[in-house]
Amino acid sequence: MLQEESDLSLIIAQIVQKLKGSSLYAQLERQAWASLQRPEIKLESLKEDIKEFFKISGWEKKLQNAVYSELSVFPLPSHPAAPPEHLKEPLVYMRKAQGSWEKRILKSLNSMCTELSIPLARKRPVGEQKELLNKWNEMGTDEPDLSLFRPVYAPKDFLEVLINLRNPNYENGDSLSFRTHLGLIQVPLKVKDIPELKECFVELGLNTGQLGIDDSTQVPPELFENEHVRIGQKVLAEQDSAAAQQYIRQGSPTALRAELWALILNISSQPEDILYYEQLKTNVIQHDLLVDSLIYKDVKLTASNDDYYFVFEDYLYQVLLCFSRDTSVLSHFAYNSASPPKSYIRGKLGLEEYAVFYPPNGVIPFHGFSMYVAPLCFLYHEPSKLYQIFREMYVRFFFRLHSISSHPSGIVSLCLLFETLLQTYLPQLFYHLREIGAQPLRISFKWMVRAFSGYLATDQLLLLWDRILGYNSLEILAVLAAAVFAFRAVNLMEVTSLAAAEAVLADLSTLKVMPLLQIFLFATVT
Amino acid sequence: MAGKVKWVTDIEKSVLINNFEKRGWVQVTENEDWNFYWMSVQTIRNVFSVETGYRLSDDQIVNHFPNHYELTRKDLMVKNIKRYRKELEKEGSPLAEKDENGKYLYLDFVPVTYMLPADYNLFVEEFRKSPSSTWIMKPCGKAQGKGIFLINKLSQIKKWSRDSKTSSFVSQSTKEAYVISLYINNPLLIGGRKFDLRLYVLVSTYRPLRCYMYKLGFCRFCTVKYTPSTSELDNMFVHLTNVAIQKHGEDYNHIHGGKWTVSNLRLYLESTRGREVTSKLFDEIHWIIVQSLKAVAPLSLQPVMNNDKHCFECYGYDIIIDDKLKPWLIEVNASPSLTSSTANDRILKYNLINDTLNIAVPNGEIPDCKWNKSPPKEVLGNYEILYDEELAQGDGADRELRSRSGQSLGPKAGRSRDSGRTVLTTWK
Repeated sequence: MLQEESDLSLIIAQIVQKLKGSSLYAQLERQAWASLQRPEIKLESLKEDIKEFFKISGWEKKLQNAVYSELSVFPLPSHPAAPPEHLKEPLVYMRKAQGSWEKRILKSLNSMCTELSIPLARKRPVGEQKELLNKWNEMGTDEPDLSLFRPVYAPKDFLEVLINLRNPNYENGDSLSFRTHLGLIQVPLKVKDIPELKECFVELGLNTGQLGIDDSTQVPPELFENEHVRIGQKVLAEQDSAAAQQYIRQGSPTALRAELWALILNISSQPEDILYYEQLKTNVIQHDLLVDSLIYKDVKLTASNDDYYFVFEDYLYQVLLCFSRDTSVLSHFAYNSASPPKSYIRGKLGLEEYAVFYPPNGVIPFHGFSMYVAPLCFLYHEPSKLYQIFREMYVRFFFRLHSISSHPSGIVSLCLLFETLLQTYLPQLFYHLREIGAQPLRISFKWMVRAFSGYLATDQLLLLWDRILGYNSLEILAVLAAAVFAFRAVNLMEVTSLAAAEAVLADLSTLKVMPLLQIFLFATVT
Repeated sequence: MAGKVKWVTDIEKSVLINNFEKRGWVQVTENEDWNFYWMSVQTIRNVFSVETGYRLSDDQIVNHFPNHYELTRKDLMVKNIKRYRKELEKEGSPLAEKDENGKYLYLDFVPVTYMLPADYNLFVEEFRKSPSSTWIMKPCGKAQGKGIFLINKLSQIKKWSRDSKTSSFVSQSTKEAYVISLYINNPLLIGGRKFDLRLYVLVSTYRPLRCYMYKLGFCRFCTVKYTPSTSELDNMFVHLTNVAIQKHGEDYNHIHGGKWTVSNLRLYLESTRGREVTSKLFDEIHWIIVQSLKAVAPLSLQPVMNNDKHCFECYGYDIIIDDKLKPWLIEVNASPSLTSSTANDRILKYNLINDTLNIAVPNGEIPDCKWNKSPPKEVLGNYEILYDEELAQGDGADRELRSRSGQSLGPKAGRSRDSGRTVLTTWK
């Protein structure tokens, strides 16, 4: 009991510490001072009166939301003497693997840089700065020569690294046999099985109304949709993050989604946020980074060719270029197993005083990175808000999809969850695919790394991301991947090659995700 | 005896021919006995012309109405809508209500337009009222964006002035007639780009008016960022959304072809602007289409014979939405392009023809023009009933005003429980 209490007070202390540095704290302080003018605040009961005032005026709610937001990424309780690396990633072998992967990426980046004789960063001459400022809203029309640039890595390179992950402490006594090497992922992490998933995703059950199922044309709106919309409006009026998160498990009405996501992610566009974004924009104008070309190339290769997102090409540059200069992103590395790459001022290699993080936000984009931003353009058309939402989505969720960690929402766990679900509940399919050299993970990996962006129709993708926010977990991606295989099982059983399997699963744009998930979790005979 | 449908066409497009062949129809020439003729607009003129025309027999169908040009020629469309409005005003219909500025409340959906050179002086008067406005000149008889240009100075259209002293300009035959419309310089932009909507509407009869809207319309985006700046008036890539023009732009992408589905548009608008205004927008679009058809309904039939039963027509409606979410009817095409610019496009147009044929030639059998042109719900495919005059009138006085949300056409159109009825709102 005492241990729990002291754990709790430690957590509280840490959160208080964190929030003291935020603008919310300054605002609360200002509000408290201003409230002294109010007649109901009496000197004798100052503390209670101010607390009451905060409650009534909605400031307490804002504080609640901020605390809730902090808790959602708070690392799991650990030993008080644990070193900070342990908070990033408790398993040593994972940390090591992530470290060597990072070294490889940085090496690749540096060698590209040397080959092309382009500096990692340079200050733009004034003329170029002016030009860029003029073109800020239409950078898509720029056609720089990107032919020599290659993406630093693609998802399939990352998959190879994950396949080779081994836990040196794990010895299961079996000699190398068929059974020990069924799937591609060979590390023993705990993943949920279907009964546990059913418990976890209970709101997706057959008896609960869902958007994505129960708002279809055949169902009269009085049965579910109208009431759900009404509740959604109420949640927004209350401005309660936790309630919104619970509500959105059943899906968000299209018209309310933008606000609901902002509420859950605790984003409110304050003037200082807009100012911060403008500051980042200035940084982009003044300095040119090598990663900018990587971003350009990625957008041109992916989003520009996408039926849904090509319209927003210019927004993508505006968000991603600013993102790579945003040093506030560095704080998420406290709970990310990855570490920001370091680079050195020219000529001072190895001297720690001259080390800088490169890119400034510590995140090197890979092929398909821009697809994390693209769906958000359907919801937010104001660049600074779009930016804030994306940044928060990244530091809460997306980073886990391309760093090696043991976290249940980390990509390694997702891969293992996917494979285990298939092996356990669709063994015949799994065996067949393996036999023809079409390991299922090789096909589904890219879906999960991109959180299905660019593979599903946008309205379906947004329904899926609703649930990611609602459950504060990415496990649903692995479940959906397995559900897709289950859905196309009949066709897959007939193919005889990896290429043919890929072809069966090439087009997911007609899939409806919620029925697939519901059937797989709750209606499949096991 | 059920023979195979004999078809003719003078438009060699695979989306058509594949559809005919998959139904097992037999190709013949126009001099033989044919049942179905998919003709170009030039040919239809001959079929129905007083001199060279001929009577169609009961088992013959063509894909145009004889007087379709009343709707599809830019000048005639405007004339007819103006006439329709005046008629309604004269009979005191509430539809013709005007606001305090004299603008029609419900029927103001065509940008201010004048014919040149006939209305030149009227135009000049209007132009002088707002001299900083931009106007768009369009040749009446051309398509695909040909011959269109923008002006913002009277001097740019001196040639069309009625009593022009520059008589070197050859006298204007009807072929060279132009319309000049107020340019909508505040279009709704998405991603900073201008776009227009192309919607397909099938009319199976005008009397009674029965029309269907194809669910899979699309938005055509310009490849270049929109700017109302006058320096870019000559840059057709900024202003004209016709694919025929955009195709030649540097940034034209052959994968998506600069096109979005209407459902994407709806998702975007609902997410960023809310459901009510989006539903209202789509309601207004449906309203515009039906009103434009009603305006020409009395004219679509030759006075002497009733050709309605031999005809159907699939129109391509071009609509622009301004930044106040008001839709404007730009023009109606009688022969919407059957060329496909992308793979998706090809599939769309193939399905469009397929669904059109299913409604116009039921069961793929030899047509009998005595049938009542009332196809069962199942064959509609991707079409939805837009307006059915017979059913609408059958309701009589107690026709309800339906509530907006969930009842308008769009992804939820099938929700209407009695699917034969109109699904539009604000009918008075």
